[in-house]
Amino acid sequence: MRTIIFRTIAPYLAALMVLFSIFVLLRGHNEPGGGFIGGLIAASALAIFGIACGVASVRRAMVFHPMGVAGFGLFIGALAGILSFFTSQPFMTSQWLIFHIQDVEIALSTPLIFDIGVYLVVVGAIGSIALALEERESD
Amino acid sequence: MAGSSVSVDLTQAMVTAPVAAADWLIVAPSLITMLGGSLCLMLRKNTQLQPKLGIVFLVLLVLSSAGLLVHVLNHGVITMVMGGWLPPFGIAFTVDPLGATLTLVGSIVALCAGIYGVVTVDGTGRRYGFYPFLLLLMTGVCGAFLTGDVFNLYVWFEVLLISSYGMLILGNDRIQLDGAVKYGVLNLVGTNLFLIATGLLYGIFGTLNMADIAMKVSELGNPASGTIATVAALYFLAFAMKAAAFPVNFWLPASYHTPNIVISAVFAGLLTKVGVYALIRIFVLILPESLDYMADVIGLVAILTLLTGALGALAQSELRRLLGYLVIAGIGSMLAGVAIGSNLAISGAIFYAVHSIIVMTALYMAAGVMFYMGGSYDLRRLGGLYQRSAGFAGLFLVLAFAVSGLPPFSGFWPKVMLVEAAFGDGRAWLGAAILVSGFLTTLAMGRVWIYAFWRGGPEGTPDGTGVAVSGGGAAQLGGAAPWLPMFVLTALIVYFGLQPEWMMNLSIEGAGGVLEPRGYLQSVFGEQG
Amino acid sequence: METGVAVLIGLFFSVAVYLMLSKQLVRLLLGIAILGNAVNMLIFTNGRLTREVPPLIPPHLYTPEIATANPLPQALVLTAIVISFSFFAFLLVLAFRAYQELGTDEVNKMRVAEPDNDQSPPQGY
Repeated sequence: MRTIIFRTIAPYLAALMVLFSIFVLLRGHNEPGGGFIGGLIAASALAIFGIACGVASVRRAMVFHPMGVAGFGLFIGALAGILSFFTSQPFMTSQWLIFHIQDVEIALSTPLIFDIGVYLVVVGAIGSIALALEERESD
Repeated sequence: MAGSSVSVDLTQAMVTAPVAAADWLIVAPSLITMLGGSLCLMLRKNTQLQPKLGIVFLVLLVLSSAGLLVHVLNHGVITMVMGGWLPPFGIAFTVDPLGATLTLVGSIVALCAGIYGVVTVDGTGRRYGFYPFLLLLMTGVCGAFLTGDVFNLYVWFEVLLISSYGMLILGNDRIQLDGAVKYGVLNLVGTNLFLIATGLLYGIFGTLNMADIAMKVSELGNPASGTIATVAALYFLAFAMKAAAFPVNFWLPASYHTPNIVISAVFAGLLTKVGVYALIRIFVLILPESLDYMADVIGLVAILTLLTGALGALAQSELRRLLGYLVIAGIGSMLAGVAIGSNLAISGAIFYAVHSIIVMTALYMAAGVMFYMGGSYDLRRLGGLYQRSAGFAGLFLVLAFAVSGLPPFSGFWPKVMLVEAAFGDGRAWLGAAILVSGFLTTLAMGRVWIYAFWRGGPEGTPDGTGVAVSGGGAAQLGGAAPWLPMFVLTALIVYFGLQPEWMMNLSIEGAGGVLEPRGYLQSVFGEQG
Repeated sequence: METGVAVLIGLFFSVAVYLMLSKQLVRLLLGIAILGNAVNMLIFTNGRLTREVPPLIPPHLYTPEIATANPLPQALVLTAIVISFSFFAFLLVLAFRAYQELGTDEVNKMRVAEPDNDQSPPQGY
């Protein structure tokens, strides 16, 4: 698997896939896409990078342990639901914050935070499973 | 919503009234454990901080579920819908006395396990994530007890299942991998059956809200139609698999003795009871008519489960596997209650579930202490523990009496209720099976007590000589951490045995809540329900 | 349309059951994966199959004008796919680890947790 072509192209490919996964994550609110599918794309980017350059370099590149990333995702996902406590609405009622910068409307919302949480959970969980499988392969 | 130009009247579909802060107690147990679990997951390298953080969150869990139970008892069934969408469109959390009681008992057991785990789970186990998985397991367990939506129940089942996988292979021993494969495969098949039944149920009724289905079933003219019978049978098979009822019980004795003893304790206490809870919910609340033709099947399965469990326990010399079979025997008693289906029987089943959660956890914890004292889980190599610690021997005897259903401990009263209901309902066989199973359990537990505690030393020790066994190479027990949870659980057992009225009233109220679901329906649909 | 899919689902179920009866762990896992897909298709078909009709309700109405596929089962299927996918991934790792540690993928030979020559409990005292 570690041909020179693959090894050369894998970092760029992985970077592009991560970028694309963030694009998919953000367009997910009103169009097809979202946290889960974005997370899957990012996790497969990690897997490709791992196949090409070894699991150790993926772990170094991620800085945090994949399970820690998943934990953080779960944490902010749960926090996003709690915000509606302060407006006396039921759990997980979406809260919106709309900015107008010149003519552009920027809508920030708790579903977005929740979606980012899902994204991180998927990246962490699937990423750690993929890395575990690749790690066994090498030894 | 934001940026939508068409104005739609959403007041018919959304909750508009402000939600009281106390109603947030409904989601608090799941939410607290989810936050705590994810925090612990992020800090998994910090093995010193993790137990403290985990126990703090477990204490919060116990407090919130106690608050929830009080709130439910004072205000009746309460409902909260996620995101403000009214049922049956939104996912509803509906809490009745049954769910709240089991949540509280489950939380207490989890807290005890968290404290016990401080000693038995070493640094490696903590790094592998004992506390995060314990908390996330409780997320699933509490969610399953509190939700009012069938598909949501499936999701919580999966949450607790994935955390239990993580706990089961904590440490990665050969024996654990072997046990985990069997546990994993059979439970996954079980959840798939659950999913099939849920899909068919949605196909029939077009709704997943439990209260809504219950109403639509009662409006349906011909309840014994083939599709509903299929759904009922599938649900029974799925939950019997989860609860380890007779023909599909083999995953339990194959896996429960493999992990760390505190993990076995949590599993034995909680996992199978979630299956029984789901069975009560589905058959008594949602599809009560189907109980008419399912009762005989459930009763037969209950009898076989009672006998397999007790006989299996008699045939084991490994302490943890013996206890695993006793878990199965307990499931048989609860199934018997569901099969009879009267108010008294369901109350007995609920009381028995509470008792079984506490006593099985305490027994596994006691087995852990016996291992530390005697150096083995094998009855052949144990002995002389009475000389080592008479107090512990007494505590074990209490637990043995309780699990066998002997007075004056907590196992006695639910069995009285169940047997009385069985004879009153003309199902004498069920009552007889409960009694026989109790008798065999007494034999099995009596043998454990004689071999491990009463005799002088391990096999081969001449009669009359007392060899005080030292912990054969096992780590020494440190501090109060393993004793405190056992004392708390045993105290509960003694209390329920001597003062059963409180718990009995609670389970009668819980049974009334599912048998006469008017309060449940009203809580979900408002006053017109 | 639904009939054809129903037959297909039946085929999926039979393949899954056949594979799950196998002793080899890998086949068993494949059987579980196919079972999961069969269940997902079952729920998907439950919500009616239509071609290219989006389940949108015009602004002036409260119900759709023509019969559309029910989107809720599709959402359920999405959830179920996510769950069964992650479970399958986990079980795959687990089976691989078990194969490495136990040296066999035949279920009958995996007897570490329940040894073959298990002694009966002591009879005398």
